[in-house]
Amino acid sequence: MLDASEGYTTADGRKIGGVVMEMKNITLRFGGVVAIKDISFDIREGEIRAIIGPNGAGKSSMLNVISGFYVPQEGEVWFHGSRRPAMRPYEVARQGIARTFQNIALFEGMSVLDNVMTGRLNYMKAGLLSQALWRGKAEREETENREAVEKIIDFLEIQHIRKTPVARLPYGLKKRVELARALAAEPKLLLLDEPMAGMNVEEKEDMSRFILDVNDEFGTTIALIEHDMGVVMDLSDRVVVMDYGKKIGDGTPDEVRNNQEVIDAYLGVAHD
Amino acid sequence: MSDQLIFAIEVILNGLMAGVLYALVALGFVLIYKASGIFNYAQGVMALFAAMTLVGIMNGQVPFAHLINAIFGGHITHFGWNIPALLAIILTMGVMVLLAWAVQQFVMRHLVGQEPIILFMATIGLAYFLEGVADLMWGSEIKTLDVGLPQGLNVWIDDTTYGIFGYGFFIDNLDIVATVIAALLVAALVAFSQYTKQGRAMRAVADDHQAALSVGISLNFIWVLVWSVAGFVALVAGIMWGTKSGVQFSLSLIALKALPVLMLGGFTSIPGAIVGGLIIGVGEKLFEFAIGPMVGGATENWFAYVLALIFLVFRPQGLFGEKIIERV
Repeated sequence: MLDASEGYTTADGRKIGGVVMEMKNITLRFGGVVAIKDISFDIREGEIRAIIGPNGAGKSSMLNVISGFYVPQEGEVWFHGSRRPAMRPYEVARQGIARTFQNIALFEGMSVLDNVMTGRLNYMKAGLLSQALWRGKAEREETENREAVEKIIDFLEIQHIRKTPVARLPYGLKKRVELARALAAEPKLLLLDEPMAGMNVEEKEDMSRFILDVNDEFGTTIALIEHDMGVVMDLSDRVVVMDYGKKIGDGTPDEVRNNQEVIDAYLGVAHD
Repeated sequence: MSDQLIFAIEVILNGLMAGVLYALVALGFVLIYKASGIFNYAQGVMALFAAMTLVGIMNGQVPFAHLINAIFGGHITHFGWNIPALLAIILTMGVMVLLAWAVQQFVMRHLVGQEPIILFMATIGLAYFLEGVADLMWGSEIKTLDVGLPQGLNVWIDDTTYGIFGYGFFIDNLDIVATVIAALLVAALVAFSQYTKQGRAMRAVADDHQAALSVGISLNFIWVLVWSVAGFVALVAGIMWGTKSGVQFSLSLIALKALPVLMLGGFTSIPGAIVGGLIIGVGEKLFEFAIGPMVGGATENWFAYVLALIFLVFRPQGLFGEKIIERV
């Protein structure tokens, strides 16, 4: 059902475009430990792509490779049709890849608004001098960025905590603020590292809805890692399954669910 | 009003002025500590280095003259020109930015993620290295620094207070200028960190490295920026102290006075550095005034440290510092 270049149409009728990011034969080692072993997969424009696997399968390592926090020893990363040289994480971010973290990495001392504004840093081009004088370009830029940020804050329904220092927020809201900050960058690819880890059922439902809405409303390409199988299967268009650093399955949720190797390794008897 | 009270008021005013100068040095420490977690022992030497460079540039001194003469056998010491103060200050700032870049490039970059004590040791090394470089570059003799700041007794205050109390307060013009400049400096720093892109990025880095990277902030750039800002504060402090007491190597010791200021105000708070500086300034002057005569004077040498010790016992995070709560 997959066309190599043209993309495909999902079950619910969304058009998925060409390849945004392609991982080719990625191998990542920490000393003698092989975290990722020769894995290849692609992420297509507009889709929600999940990476799943048991604990220690190498999912987070894979996300860190995509976002530049780890540099693989072997393999190539292709982004928008060109091979990406070894880059530092901030350079990757400037290319339009935003991410969230499993353990939440927010600026705890800043307000929600300031946190989300940091997501716009790369859209602020005015020099220090014109900022100091607060004229023309800098002022216009600030207004534009504020508008973009307010839109996202509205969208994720965190208006009521705009001015609250992040440190005071409960866990679920922090996760949402982190998503808001990533979204503020208007990323070409959004990486979510366990967006629902540690949440209760209601928070998980909220987060799922937001992820679907983001994808729907902004057309954002999303790659996510998640433990909660039910959530993954409902959310994602295509799923990569990892186990012990190897890829053992890749396809639509249905295909993956019926893949014997995946069932043996991960889903096991619990789901049937 | 009794004479004692009037004296006390004058002492307090002078203490406040002295405190401003302490606060200026302490500010430099706080900036670097907040943004990178490094306690920069070299801050005082940076102030010295900035003051020496400023004097050297203004007088048209040839840098490394001794070295050049020793190698090539010449007798050059001066270019033979004088550079106006404002231009010299700008050039000195350029040198401080260069220094910031070099510190990051050759020292701190290689120590990312190390224990705080190791970073601290590195800045001790930096302090002595910089002191040596300053000596080599500009020579070790005491120099006077005059960038055109007003100095001496403020006649207006003297006259006015004489009219009111029958006793004229002695307030140095330079201290008044220092206070105004310190206020401007703090306002500028606050505006910079709150309202500019770079300031926001700086706060972000201070808060969380990973998160900062993930929104596209280059840590390296921010650290060079932070060291540059600290260099700028050092330059301002160097100008003030240098004008007041001459540019000499003992200037680097004023850094030690910043330590009790920081313990009082907290290492992470800009207002803390100001308030801490003022408290130390007023405290040591008042103590000398009130208790000094009973114990034979010279209390200003140790009062600040004793006060800091008392604070360490009862409020280790300082007045404005962040309280560290360890969850078990």
